[in-house]
Amino acid sequence: MARLNAVSALVVPVMLCFTAIYGLYRGVDIYDCLIAGAKRGLHVMADILPALIVLLPAVYMFRESGAADMLARLLSPVFGALGIPPETAPLVLLRPISGSGANAVAGEIMASHGADSLIGRTAAIMLGSTETTFYVTAVYFSAAGVKKARYAVPAALIADLAGFIAASFAARLFFS
Amino acid sequence: MAWIWGVLVAASTVVGIVTGNGEGLGTAAVEGAKSAVTLVMGIGGVTCLWTGVMEILERSGLSAGLARITRPVISVIFPDSIGEDAEKNISANMSANLLGLGNAATPLGIAAAKELSEGDAATDNLCTLVVLNTASIQLIPTTAAALRASFGAASPFDIIPAVWFTSAISVTAGLAAAGLFRKLWRG
Repeated sequence: MARLNAVSALVVPVMLCFTAIYGLYRGVDIYDCLIAGAKRGLHVMADILPALIVLLPAVYMFRESGAADMLARLLSPVFGALGIPPETAPLVLLRPISGSGANAVAGEIMASHGADSLIGRTAAIMLGSTETTFYVTAVYFSAAGVKKARYAVPAALIADLAGFIAASFAARLFFS
Repeated sequence: MAWIWGVLVAASTVVGIVTGNGEGLGTAAVEGAKSAVTLVMGIGGVTCLWTGVMEILERSGLSAGLARITRPVISVIFPDSIGEDAEKNISANMSANLLGLGNAATPLGIAAAKELSEGDAATDNLCTLVVLNTASIQLIPTTAAALRASFGAASPFDIIPAVWFTSAISVTAGLAAAGLFRKLWRG
């Protein structure tokens, strides 16, 4: 644990150090690069901000209204049939739409069942192997100026669903 | 996206009013808009730092080297030709994702998305890129492990093999679905 923590904490400084030294070695004006790149980064932020300003209110409303909880209760028998523990249903539903919401719900699951319980581990594996699908989709499409998402969202949700089923299976396989 | 937004808002409003959570809805919408700005402010600094680093990778020839290494994988995932610049960005985007550098991966993925897009409908390649980025593939699941640690797990990182297994299945399912939709999707 301590060793892995140390390794992941070093990824950023080592990357920065390596690119700086390699750039200097190749005779590149790295400071000029950084400034030019940072300026481009600001444009990227300006491109994605409108999509987030529009998307997040809908996500917050969905959570606040109780619609998310209601859907979780409705779907929990379906999840059970797929091998997904019903206790993780709120996480499964929130994960694709809200990253911070998913972290909070996963935290609640670990608090009430224990971080080393099968349910707690399942929640952690789900969290670690999936992404905030709607956020990523909105960011990429708004930056690229795409209005019709075609099948991107269904395909990404199939990946999420496969991930949730596999996470439940993996937790049982590795930890029970 | 239009349908997703509409359904989310309509469902929330109806459920909120019926269950008596109605008065919180307006506040939630305002909070959401506010948090979008805070979120972008929060990730903006790091993102710009990484786009700066990417510029070094580009001008020093490192991203071209990286693209050569990952070419076999990318050509399997993206069967249609995608062009050299898109290939470089996708390769760097995948590498950043693997290292868990989400803030570095996003601008790279966006640069690739711009190269893969034509007009206002998503191309097949763009859909594949989005699926690849919505299925998290990272070597060290830091957020999940940190959360486990804060709730007293004995060894927070022991979920790593299970996370790799799960990610592999999830990405495979996503890419298979994208491959199938590529053939079947109308419109």
